[in-house]
Amino acid sequence: MTRSQYALLAALVLIGVVSAFSGSYNPYFLDIAVSCGINITLAVSLNLINGYTGQFSLGHAGFMGVGAYSAAVLTTSFGAALLPLLGGQPLLLFAVALIVGGLMAALAGLIVGVPSLRLKGDYLAIVTLGFGEIIRVVLQNIDAVGGPRGLIGIPGYTTLFWAYGLAAIAVYVVWAMVNSSYGRGFLAVADDEIAAEATGINTTRYKITAFLVGAFFAGLAGGMYAHFKQYIAPQGFGFDRSIEIVVMVILGGMGNTGGVILAAVLLTVLGEWLRQFGDLRMILYSLLIIVLMILRPQGLFTWSLPRRAG
Amino acid sequence: MTELLQQLINGLALGAIYALIALGYTMVYGVLRFINFAHSDVFMVGAFSGYFLARLVPEGSVMGAILVLLGAMAICAALGMLIEKLAYRPLRGRSTLTALITAIGVSLLLQNLGQRIFGANPRSFPALFPQHQFHMGGLVISSGQIMVFVVALLLLFALRHIVLKTRIGTAMRALSFNPTAASLVGVNNDLVISFTFALGSALAAAGGILYATNYPSIDPLMGTLPGLKAFVAAVLGGIGNIAGAAVGGLVLGLVETGVVALGGSTYRDAVAFAVLILILLLRPNGLLGRSQAEKV
Repeated sequence: MTRSQYALLAALVLIGVVSAFSGSYNPYFLDIAVSCGINITLAVSLNLINGYTGQFSLGHAGFMGVGAYSAAVLTTSFGAALLPLLGGQPLLLFAVALIVGGLMAALAGLIVGVPSLRLKGDYLAIVTLGFGEIIRVVLQNIDAVGGPRGLIGIPGYTTLFWAYGLAAIAVYVVWAMVNSSYGRGFLAVADDEIAAEATGINTTRYKITAFLVGAFFAGLAGGMYAHFKQYIAPQGFGFDRSIEIVVMVILGGMGNTGGVILAAVLLTVLGEWLRQFGDLRMILYSLLIIVLMILRPQGLFTWSLPRRAG
Repeated sequence: MTELLQQLINGLALGAIYALIALGYTMVYGVLRFINFAHSDVFMVGAFSGYFLARLVPEGSVMGAILVLLGAMAICAALGMLIEKLAYRPLRGRSTLTALITAIGVSLLLQNLGQRIFGANPRSFPALFPQHQFHMGGLVISSGQIMVFVVALLLLFALRHIVLKTRIGTAMRALSFNPTAASLVGVNNDLVISFTFALGSALAAAGGILYATNYPSIDPLMGTLPGLKAFVAAVLGGIGNIAGAAVGGLVLGLVETGVVALGGSTYRDAVAFAVLILILLLRPNGLLGRSQAEKV
């Protein structure tokens, strides 16, 4: 085993120990902690697309929505039929539902990724935004999953352990991918696509891989979110949510996994803390985005000079 | 046949509004090469300015309606210049994605300030001029739709004159062609960019009022969807291309009305994005755009 694999194992053990006592924590803080875990997964997976590969995607919430709905339909509508097949283990059912949700989201990522690859920069951003909105409208029009009313009665399987276990795996996978000799291709695509192509890197393949893996983890996080909130509605996976995840990535610093994790936690906690200001919350939030973009466009937690321009 | 003509009129009226908003996106893209996400909320502010200004003029008079329109356009022009100066000017020369995120921040700020100041509940927009339905051989045209056509056409010709025949319009075109060269020959880039924002925002305000007279329910989040669709219209026509924005707006209005008429009204908001994706895949430079070779 390599050092990073030991780190993943240690993190999982630590999460297991910490969550073993979750019964004695303040439920309000526990709630925020689980949200943080889910947001870390979302931000880190988007960071693979936006940060490391430099493909600006504004549709991450759409992938999350596909995962959330797929997993939730599996545990609610098909739960009773599937449970006996899985030995009556609800957690096994949850795991299967999460993975199916992730795979469905990855499929959506493939569908979005392949045609979008011809586009760059803000065009790509707009197309991914469009795909995200299309996913939302389609979800709204499927009556079997509640249409605009949303899906209720999802079992609350998500615990601290599941949320952070997934986050640890997402961080590990993205980190291991990017820091392998294969994964340098992602950075090359982000740095200079034409130069990367000239040195024999299959840029198309790297971009599709980034979209696939990013969407897969977004789908997993969506399933986790569905079984945490126990209620999902199409509006929850719209443009606003995508922006929230993008802001986490930008604030943390594009292509800076540690920073993105910190930013995800910081923004989730900040969002909760700002609730006391009522409707001033979003005003402060949007002002924060503007001021940060003007003062620290490289991200709060990136101290060295920006590694790349553009 | 009558049905088809009727839908054509409805589609063109909707499309003319999209065209007015799309012009703002396309002009800003022309000079700054970035998508001004906050444009859709300037459109919202335009509608609200009209709502409050309408209280100051006698109801149902044409002169009053014109004053309201001009007043709202002036307010939004000032707002557009203010946004540019405070939020976008410090970012000049940075990556477009930084500007894009800032624009999204400005958009969120305007929406939430709107909700704080105007309240989140929809308000009904007053009738600015005498409401009348004209019947012509089975076709129904409302006075609101006629107003849309007249105002949109007048503004388009005014814009065409400004861009093609005036000094500042020439400067705008020079800037969008090459900013460095433009400043070398004495164009004041800051001034021209400021003017572009004022012009685009004024058109958005006109679009907002026309939209509100035809769909008389306004709320602080009303700008998002028309704004996104107008952006699609700008891309459809070829972003940065002024005639393209007008054509794109009309085409998009027709397509959307057509889909609704065919019974797909729950999908009307997805149509614009489907059109966008198709056009970017088939003709990424838009209907009237020219392709540019990439220099390495």
